[in-house]
Amino acid sequence: MFDQLSQRLQQTFRNIQGKGTLSDDNMADAIREIRRALLEADVNLQVIKRFIDRIKDRADGANVTKGVDPGQEFTKIIHDELVTLLGENHQPINLTQAPSLIMLFGLQGSGKTTTASKLALKLKNEGKVPFLIAADVYRPAAITQLQQLGKRIEVPVHTVEGSTDVQQIVATGLAAAKENNHDVVIIDTAGRLQVDNDMMAELLLLERQFKPHNKLLVVDAMTGQEALNVAEAFDSQLSMTGMVLTKTDGDARGGAALSIAEMTGKPILYVGVSETPEGLEVFHPDRMASRILGMGDVVSLVEKAQQAVDIEEAQKLETKIRKQTFSFDDFMTIQKQLKMLGSLGGILDMLPIPGLDKQTKSQISNMGEEHLQRSQVMIQSMSKAERANPDLLQDKKRVARIAKGCGATEKDVKAFITQFGQMKAMMGQLTGMQDKEIKTAAKEADQGAFSGFGMPRRNKKKKKAAEPTMPGGLPPGFPSNMPFGGMFGGGKPTRGKASGGRAAGKPGKKSR
Amino acid sequence: MFSLFKKTAQPADSTVPHAPSTSSAPKGITAALGATFKQFQQAVMGDNNGDASAQRPDVAFYDALEEGLLLADVGLDTALYLVDAIQKVKPSSQQQALEIMRDKCEALFIPAEKDNALVFSADTLSILLLVGVNGAGKTTLIGKLAHQCAQQGLGVTIAAGDTFRAAAEDQLAVWAQRANASLITHPNGDAAAVMHDAITHAQEHNHQVVLLDTAGRLQNQHNLMAELQKIDGVISKVAPANSVRHNLLVLDATTGQNGLKQADIFNKAVPITGVALTKLDGSAKGGIALAIAHELNHPIQLVGTGEAIADLQAFDATAYIEGLLPTA
Repeated sequence: MFDQLSQRLQQTFRNIQGKGTLSDDNMADAIREIRRALLEADVNLQVIKRFIDRIKDRADGANVTKGVDPGQEFTKIIHDELVTLLGENHQPINLTQAPSLIMLFGLQGSGKTTTASKLALKLKNEGKVPFLIAADVYRPAAITQLQQLGKRIEVPVHTVEGSTDVQQIVATGLAAAKENNHDVVIIDTAGRLQVDNDMMAELLLLERQFKPHNKLLVVDAMTGQEALNVAEAFDSQLSMTGMVLTKTDGDARGGAALSIAEMTGKPILYVGVSETPEGLEVFHPDRMASRILGMGDVVSLVEKAQQAVDIEEAQKLETKIRKQTFSFDDFMTIQKQLKMLGSLGGILDMLPIPGLDKQTKSQISNMGEEHLQRSQVMIQSMSKAERANPDLLQDKKRVARIAKGCGATEKDVKAFITQFGQMKAMMGQLTGMQDKEIKTAAKEADQGAFSGFGMPRRNKKKKKAAEPTMPGGLPPGFPSNMPFGGMFGGGKPTRGKASGGRAAGKPGKKSR
Repeated sequence: MFSLFKKTAQPADSTVPHAPSTSSAPKGITAALGATFKQFQQAVMGDNNGDASAQRPDVAFYDALEEGLLLADVGLDTALYLVDAIQKVKPSSQQQALEIMRDKCEALFIPAEKDNALVFSADTLSILLLVGVNGAGKTTLIGKLAHQCAQQGLGVTIAAGDTFRAAAEDQLAVWAQRANASLITHPNGDAAAVMHDAITHAQEHNHQVVLLDTAGRLQNQHNLMAELQKIDGVISKVAPANSVRHNLLVLDATTGQNGLKQADIFNKAVPITGVALTKLDGSAKGGIALAIAHELNHPIQLVGTGEAIADLQAFDATAYIEGLLPTA
């Protein structure tokens, strides 16, 4: 989400680079650019002034450092300041009580109900036994919405049918949660304006009576300058303990979050990252600052990969690759694991790929997703025997049947099978390499990233960023420089065809 | 022709349940925003309680003006455009400077050749497609629109096109019932099919207005924007020849600079004919609407000012502009 800001700053640094030292002149340019970038990112004007003053101070002192590239120097200064701005220490949510009470509040449409269910699922996956209370009695069907979401994630949702008495709803809900030994209770409240005294009083009464351990303001990442006033009002009346930043999968720059963190001193605990029930992640200020500066968020990706990928499964696959017995079933397994990492776009965003701007990344991820979906549909149209034994597909009749089954042309299916065969062969060759060679190759391919994990990285030989070589990623256990491009949307994707085929569209809809 | 949403207040529907604090009378936009130019002048020129507005605008004045616009989410480009435009005229007083700014803003909103009012005819079918990001207020806006159309005696069909968000249909059902409109839902969850059936239904029942709800989507989600294009195509196919299409972008007034992108990219998927600015009853000034008018030339047509069914107004540029600048 912060990527345009990051682009701007990168541009600024390019201008500074090679000028020897930071001077008042070249710094003035950079600072003007930073002000503009931060304004466009919706960082509050007040916060920008403070931020720029700090940067100026730090940069002046840094002038003396000789032999250091001024661009890098500047990057470091801004990175450090951004970390400070975003709240130096990440604070986990307070779950020490039984039950721990979490109250969510915010403006209308900021994403409270969605966040409530995502948070419940997240905590459930962490071993908690969550309980949801639907206390939005104003928005039509808000309670129904939470009930449906709760059903999906198998977390009970409490409400009092027909009641508009939120205190009664919360009181009875809390009692029910205690009775059934739930250790986390999440209260979803109605959206309200911070200037609406009656509605704020309602929240205040809830707060007084139930003393929630966590009082979280839910903030839309797209909010503008007013975010600060909103947050300060909620904070001064309810002394919030933190906030959740929603809709960060959009292209908003999310400056509101910076502003609120800076001015209230309250941490951002979670960020909403997709529309799926799992789309909520812990917020890390240092990582986000790195992302702002285009340094990628590799740590997040590694953690995600570790969660998503079954190591044992990966090792099995590796053996199969080595023996070249890799089948379409195995291919589907890889794809499933990739899916658990998130969208390709999301993965790409976390990777430090120099020269790849947001637009290119999203193009790659779209082509990649399309290819993944198309190949999945093709595989789904194969028989069990064909999936296990790709050699069967030499038979033209089988190819024709598959093409018919998935709505693609025979040519497409054949191309896919050929690509699959090529990939298999190449993977076999690569795994034949000595581990040492692989590691060296990985290091060459990318200096900043980790090398052990076999995550996608740009092949250095291909210089043009516009020609994506590896939009997909591989689970751990796979060698890192594998030419998966042809499979995952490199090569020559045919967009028109893909969008014309019904088969290509269907899985996309489902995955939403 | 029915000219809906007159700038004067409509009679309230006091039977509608709503949040306790929401007054049952619809809020006028001026009341909702409150601020005036005069207050800005006092805020900027605070110390001189005399006739400060007669003074020549200085650097501090222009800085304050720029900051005020930035704080309203007008954005740097539009703020600089306005400040430059004022300076070019070389106003002799601060009062005059503000008047020039008001005129420039109004010119952005109301290009002389265009009539931006949203009007529906009793003789032809009006088809309104509402698009926007998640949480912008599309469903609520549809409820209010349906109500106002019904008040004018127009028959209304609503399409529950948000087949993704949990309980979106139930939410719309409540609004449809309040407004006494037909609600078309589709069991298999294909948004384009809902649109198709709704338009067909409206024709069969001689309704004058079809309101098409869509799922909220972030504009960088290509698949979902492609779905919008598909929906647009289906509407074009099924819409009768003499029908009038309106594609409204629903925009939350608290939105920052991302609003420009929303307007730009949604417009590429479905040609936007107007913008509805929601939640303007809050403290946000909705300055992004000015940036959209300036940079993308989309007319702002409607303003949502509360949670009650009657809290919907025609956009009033003059009142909006007066509310833009800070007063404290």
